[in-house]
Amino acid sequence: MAIELKNISKAFDGRNVLDGFSLSIGESGIICIGGSSGRGKTTLLNIIAGILLPDSGEVIAPEGLRTGFAFQDDRLLPWRTALGNAAIASDREKAAFWLERFGLGDSMKKYPAQLSGGMAKRVNLARAFASNPQILLLDEPFNGLDEQLKCNKIVPAVKEISEKIPVIIVTHEESDKKSLGEYTEITL
Amino acid sequence: MTNSTMRDRKRLSPTARVLVSVLSVAAWLGIWHYFSAKVGQELLLPSPRAVFERFFELCGQKEFWLQTFGSLERILTGFALAFLVGCVLSVLMHLSEFVKEFMRPFLTVVKATPVPSFIILALVWMKSDKMPVFIAFLMVLPAVCANLSEGLANVDSRLVEMAKVYRVRGAKLVGAVYIPSVMPYMLAAARTGLGLAWKAGVAAEVIGRTRDSIGLMLYESKLYLETVDLFAYTVTVVLLSCAIELVLAGAAKLAARMEVTSGGN
Repeated sequence: MAIELKNISKAFDGRNVLDGFSLSIGESGIICIGGSSGRGKTTLLNIIAGILLPDSGEVIAPEGLRTGFAFQDDRLLPWRTALGNAAIASDREKAAFWLERFGLGDSMKKYPAQLSGGMAKRVNLARAFASNPQILLLDEPFNGLDEQLKCNKIVPAVKEISEKIPVIIVTHEESDKKSLGEYTEITL
Repeated sequence: MTNSTMRDRKRLSPTARVLVSVLSVAAWLGIWHYFSAKVGQELLLPSPRAVFERFFELCGQKEFWLQTFGSLERILTGFALAFLVGCVLSVLMHLSEFVKEFMRPFLTVVKATPVPSFIILALVWMKSDKMPVFIAFLMVLPAVCANLSEGLANVDSRLVEMAKVYRVRGAKLVGAVYIPSVMPYMLAAARTGLGLAWKAGVAAEVIGRTRDSIGLMLYESKLYLETVDLFAYTVTVVLLSCAIELVLAGAAKLAARMEVTSGGN
């Protein structure tokens, strides 16, 4: 399964954010998207996820592609617990597994208002991993996480899943990219 | 480093809140008692004791319950119809700008028109026992539409996007995102609407002299200068309104818990 982005352009308020961007996404592996603020990194992920339509160009992807998306702003449902949020696109067992793996075993019954920023980020990530995705989109996934959590819990999971599906990561930090090992770098 | 001069407002515990409410009611009853003693005429201002004695006396009468349940049935029917129609209308107004603009003049006119105008017109159009249902319906509908429209407009579109990315669609999307989002607005609409329904519905019963109703009893109390009865029936309306609000609040908590325990958590 491959995904193609051909000559994607997108503008907001007359300003071109993406202009004729093309990308071939393979069946597995990590792609790191970098670039300064406002260059269209999140826009690109939103287009791949189907949240936004490009102004021109095309996205060629298999019908019914299952996308796991860890949003930059978490987007947890305030009225559901961590477990309920992680299970939105999967079953409770899978959701519980990923919450445990990301160090939230004791926080499954907590509501988003009771979670710290780092904990909310991990619920966001668990939701994406638990959804049995065919492509994983991670927008600034390491924000708010300490080095130990990142290196011991998140990065190993990302590397493991990238052996089976494509993982696209938006991140500013060079140290984050280095911890991922092998990846393809794209700068917008 | 300077210390903050702002103090956190102390929150009352649930027990303390109940005690404060009881204290407040006792204080107001005391003020009422003081003024009724000062006035010294039951016809003008009966004492709280006389009113509650009469209230408990009425509770022992079959006719009182016929009247009470008669009013309850009519007003709650009007309220429920308005809530149902209001929900459907709000969703349509949210989905269609045309429907929203088309309904706006109607809802504005209904909100602005004095209740007695509608009551007197309705007396001409329909039987007196149906009229309170119609009036309660008319009074509650704009409140439900206003609250629910605001709720729908304030649904966080980012949460909807997230759900759609995870292929949560249709009824599941409505249950997972829309209903919990608008629940506080629906509760506010129910609370506001209930108050309006009671006021307008009982007023309709008074003017229309609806058979087997609290409104008719209020009318006859005024006619025969039975001020104690007037107060006793007013206490009935207030107590019923409070009881229904408690039931509504309980239902809202139950609904929230059901979302929490069913697929939710």
